[in-house]
Amino acid sequence: MLETIEGYYAYFFLMLLFVIGLYAMMMKKNFIKKILGMTMIQSSAILVWILAAYKEGATVPVLDPAISLDNPDLYLNPLPHTLMLTAIVVAVVTKGVAIALAVAIYRNYNTLDEDELLARTEEET
Amino acid sequence: MITQNAPALIPILYLVASLIIPMVAYFKKGFSYVLALATSAAVLAVSLAGLQEVITNGPLSYHLGGWMPPLGIELVLDPLSAFIAVIISGSALMVMIYARENVLQELPDKTMGFYSLSMLFMGGLAGMAITGDFFNLFVFLEVSALAGYGLLAIGTKRGPVSAFRYLVLGTAGAIFYLMGVAFIIIATGSLNMADVAKILPHAEYQRPVIVGLVFILLGIVIKMGVFPLHHWLPDAYTDASSTATALIAPIGTKVAAYVFIRILTVYEFPPLMDVLCWLAAVSIIAGSILAIAQSDIKRMLAYSSVANIGYITLGIALANPLAFIGAMLHILNHAMMKLVLFMAAGGIFNNMRTLDIRRMRGFPLVMPLTALAFFVAVLSMVGIPPTGGFFSKLYLILGAIEAEAWIFVFVIIFSSILGVVYLFRVMNIAFFRPYEVADDKKLIQSFALTIASPIETEDKSSKEYETMPRKEMGLLMLLPVLIVAVSIILVGIYNGLIVDNVISLAIPDIIKSAP
Repeated sequence: MLETIEGYYAYFFLMLLFVIGLYAMMMKKNFIKKILGMTMIQSSAILVWILAAYKEGATVPVLDPAISLDNPDLYLNPLPHTLMLTAIVVAVVTKGVAIALAVAIYRNYNTLDEDELLARTEEET
Repeated sequence: MITQNAPALIPILYLVASLIIPMVAYFKKGFSYVLALATSAAVLAVSLAGLQEVITNGPLSYHLGGWMPPLGIELVLDPLSAFIAVIISGSALMVMIYARENVLQELPDKTMGFYSLSMLFMGGLAGMAITGDFFNLFVFLEVSALAGYGLLAIGTKRGPVSAFRYLVLGTAGAIFYLMGVAFIIIATGSLNMADVAKILPHAEYQRPVIVGLVFILLGIVIKMGVFPLHHWLPDAYTDASSTATALIAPIGTKVAAYVFIRILTVYEFPPLMDVLCWLAAVSIIAGSILAIAQSDIKRMLAYSSVANIGYITLGIALANPLAFIGAMLHILNHAMMKLVLFMAAGGIFNNMRTLDIRRMRGFPLVMPLTALAFFVAVLSMVGIPPTGGFFSKLYLILGAIEAEAWIFVFVIIFSSILGVVYLFRVMNIAFFRPYEVADDKKLIQSFALTIASPIETEDKSSKEYETMPRKEMGLLMLLPVLIVAVSIILVGIYNGLIVDNVISLAIPDIIKSAP
């Protein structure tokens, strides 16, 4: 049992983070808390990529005469890390849109609570 | 020259237009419409040229920045993606023609934002169709989704609420997809779809690949709006402006279905396909039944979208050539039907000032040409022979028979009957019950739903009947509706040509070789 966890603590932590974030997105009634949950699952997915590309004792993929070329374990794969820069930008934009929508909702209905919003929107129709 | 660069031009033109529109609109507002229309027309021309080229000379591949495929990002135009690109750009052109009057009526001070966002949305969708790279697909997915949230939020007062709920689910879907791709890159070290397809059978561990595949499919199923995860769809479609719905409804979910095909060509895992078949069947039945219960026409059409995405999913998940042809034809047909229905619903809303089905009495008298187009689309939806809908359902049923999945044959036929119930309810109220001013005041559902009986028609003399004056939609709104309605019938008649020349080339090898 313990062998499966040993050495993979970070993955289990990220899985936990993902599940907590998902729980917040589904179960929390306040829209800001939903946004927080969204941030958590975004971060956990990004960290999974970064963690997967990490190697103990490896260096940046720039040719160094001191390091022999025949052992690829001494160089990191830079691709996941660079891709995650893009993913972070996407995550930030998503948060921006989400918060802008929350502001618009608050202006229209003066509340961010889901139950209250449902009650008020049903009143209108 | 243009055809060789078609894979890059299709998304880039849209994206550039979405950047230029705010700058141009700063000087003169009216230009944003002209620019959006011109871009849509140009992209349609490019994608038609690309389709022609692909059919005669085989797939086109474009290497962004000159990097060779396994390392760099590859854009692929093969018969499948070219077919989807033509559907996307064609319906974008139709909606852009339609948009002018409708946007001026419904969103008078937000025209620039609307056109810019709609171009961004189309750019994202076109990119999803063209790309051959897993991570690039994620970026385009988010581009189209973010633009979609914006488009759906500008509309009624409730718009932001629905858009926010869509955003929460849509982001969850996108992150599931990203998580799944992480598993794929851990197992294979590559992100190029063709490359991954080659490496995966030799991957050391198969279990993480399957977990990743499940994550990816879960993300896509959320975007497709298949039944248990459809909750964002009806609200979002109902509360948006008519043009935004007409833009997003016909193609938004279909492109996700196309991504599903792409994932299927990379790696096939049969037990998952069985689960998706059942999910699709539940989606078909549940969408149809929920559509019967709605009184708002846009909401009813949104639920019928859930049912129809079920057909497409079923056709893909059955994974045999006939069902696949059915699914592809249904992507085309359903895009056209939903275009007509949502554009007509927008016109009805503008002229009759209501979206309530029970108050649509006599709208054929007010807008006869729209009603004709609406009727053609309804026939296609139900599946009456000369229209396209019949043939896609026929292929789907043939595919289900070939797979010997009799329950799905039954599901398709049963849901067609349910389709008759919810669509002909509109037809009945619209065509056979004349408009009365009195109806606007008191409205009892059980009364509105009864079929006109002879006793009631005798009563006519005692009631005061008033017909609204004839008021057709404006020419620019009417034109695309009629064009698409005519092409629904043409696609039905010439479906053999489309199947032989385009779709049969698009069938992925993995489906062709399936037993």
